[in-house]
Amino acid sequence: MSLAKIIVNMGTCGISSGSQKVLDSFRTLKDVEVKATSCVGLCALEPTAFIYIEGRVVGLSYLTDTQKDKESIQAICDGKDVDTHLAPRVIYDGSEQGLFNDLFKGQKRVVLRNAGWLDPMDINDYISVGGYSFLSKCRSAKISKEQVLDVLEKSGLRGRGGAGFPTAKKWRMLMEKISEEKYVICNGDEGDPGAFMDRSVLEGDPHSVIEGLQIAAYATGATKCFMYVRAEYPLALKTLNKAIKDANDKNVLHVPVEIREGAGAFVCGEETALIASIEGKRGMPRFRPPYPVESGLWGKPTIINNVETLAAVPWIMNNPGEYEKTGYANSKGTKVFALAGKIKRGGLVEIPFGMSLRELIFDVGKGIQNDKNFKAVQIGGPSGGCLPASLLDLRIDYEELKQSGAIVGSGGLVVMDESSCMVDIARFFLSFTTKESCGKCTFCRVGTKRMLETLEDIVNGRSNDDHLQRLYELSDAVSKLSLCGLGQTAPNPVITTLRYFIDEYHSHIKDKRCPAGVCSALTKYSIDEQKCVGCMLCKKECPVSAIVETKRADGKKICSIDSSKCISCGRCYKVCKFSSVLKR
Amino acid sequence: MTDIDIHGGLIKQLQDAQAKFGYVSQHEVKRISKEFNIAESEIYGVITFYSQFRLKPLGKHTIKVCRGTACHVSGSLELVTEVRELLGLLDGEDTTKDLRFTLEEVACLGCCSLAPAVMINKDVFGKVNRDKLSKILESYK
Repeated sequence: MSLAKIIVNMGTCGISSGSQKVLDSFRTLKDVEVKATSCVGLCALEPTAFIYIEGRVVGLSYLTDTQKDKESIQAICDGKDVDTHLAPRVIYDGSEQGLFNDLFKGQKRVVLRNAGWLDPMDINDYISVGGYSFLSKCRSAKISKEQVLDVLEKSGLRGRGGAGFPTAKKWRMLMEKISEEKYVICNGDEGDPGAFMDRSVLEGDPHSVIEGLQIAAYATGATKCFMYVRAEYPLALKTLNKAIKDANDKNVLHVPVEIREGAGAFVCGEETALIASIEGKRGMPRFRPPYPVESGLWGKPTIINNVETLAAVPWIMNNPGEYEKTGYANSKGTKVFALAGKIKRGGLVEIPFGMSLRELIFDVGKGIQNDKNFKAVQIGGPSGGCLPASLLDLRIDYEELKQSGAIVGSGGLVVMDESSCMVDIARFFLSFTTKESCGKCTFCRVGTKRMLETLEDIVNGRSNDDHLQRLYELSDAVSKLSLCGLGQTAPNPVITTLRYFIDEYHSHIKDKRCPAGVCSALTKYSIDEQKCVGCMLCKKECPVSAIVETKRADGKKICSIDSSKCISCGRCYKVCKFSSVLKR
Repeated sequence: MTDIDIHGGLIKQLQDAQAKFGYVSQHEVKRISKEFNIAESEIYGVITFYSQFRLKPLGKHTIKVCRGTACHVSGSLELVTEVRELLGLLDGEDTTKDLRFTLEEVACLGCCSLAPAVMINKDVFGKVNRDKLSKILESYK
């Protein structure tokens, strides 16, 4: 038995933070088993590695200095004291529980149970923790379809793609359809900007998703499974391809699985558009009914489940009666959130439903970067909304969040501090939906464009009160008169910012001022004569030569901004080391 | 199911063509059209619908600047301007004249905790700023 084991987290975020170097370096150690896994969700701390001595986790290292870590670990392997060698850079109070309490405080990991711990490239690792055992019970008919559906129904699992449709109901509908061919599709077209749950699950624990998909195929009587995954996720695709190949070689699958790569269209997350895309057509949504469960892929009964939904299924099946014990009201179980933006502990977390936004952001996510003030949290991506500090005590629950104008959505959560302008954020989302509108419905195609133009006017100081009125009217029309979810929810970022941050709109329109100093047309820069030391760094950096050298009253050489030339790019503000460039 | 579906569908065919040549050439469109009996107009309809497909040759390295929400609040718009400046791209251009780099703005790379993120070919770089950017680009010269 090797004395020590090291797990290096090698997700996309880890690799880009340099975990390959860390892994290579550890692999040269003697008597140490080194295992590469995927992201454990601690993206903000990457590159990370967990260090085990005699089968017990003794620490997590942030690995800022690999050589030093190597020496420490070698020292421990040689029988030296753990504390003196690892303590400085690890979260470690001597107990395994203490370590995990700190790292995963407030979380309950169901979907993320294996991500970061198992080697995603090794099917035996998954099998060693009981993976594929339930599927094998299904395949040998030890468990009936009805039993599977019963457990699922009692668990209260709802679709994690955004809409929250009860999963058992969906499966039952497909089971009841009689057809020679039936399909189950896994929707991994995670297009929401600010969301990366599906990527992490596919990269870290592909076999759970595949097993979930196969259990779905068994329970519904489906004949084939498809996995639709974004082409922007090369590592997830690589992991998944390997996982399917291994599962085929081991003969653990119930029906064939095929991967289809998405080609970069946000609207393909909508189920009828996704089906059109797999059929090789333009990914445009169509009228429902007929619903895919009646006429889906190639006209055959089809259901579509999200990655996260499927990844929870094997756990639910292996632990009947457990999932529904967590959660709140009609939102049972847990939800994975991707914490991003100005949050300290950004990354992937899984929490029970019913937790408040405040707990999620300040306890689980450890608060705002640089201890600035919280301003807003954007939940649900382009279909969601921005919520202010006064709503931080809202519970995370499908129904409660919907009332506030935001949605649980797929689980992207972007935190903003005082340096973000809410009008700019609304414009950002509208520019996204305008680009991604497939063009089928007039109100989505033209309406979002007009809303975007209105917002452009506001951030560029060309607005009056009519602009607000126009935004209200267009929001209403676009949400009511679009066919699919993309159009229906596209105005949400505008509606919620108008509802909760109307003051900022007024500042832009009436005072022609951007309070956060983001909208460059409304921001003016000047130099604090007392603070300027005349280093001329800003002068060097200015792209339009708007900064000139002048003399202060006392004769000291300082900089000054020629406002007629200044384009308000803010570069001088960024480079100044003495905070002498003022923003107004 | 038609003939092309057995071969992974039209999108798969186009992705393979693009993987081989860096873009979908007229020649490839004609080939697919003939081989699977699909009208060229229909193929072009699909190509232009999806942002992944390109009808023009690509630079040797593709720079994808993430324009997701987290990257946006961390200044990715300025990053785009900076890449354009560093590469000397004029308005409307996305590939350098020496065909070394192509710049793309993408919706979200899913690396939000590394915002602002940039992907060059298949490597992701996180927390990119102007200085880091020029160093990274240098390594791809």
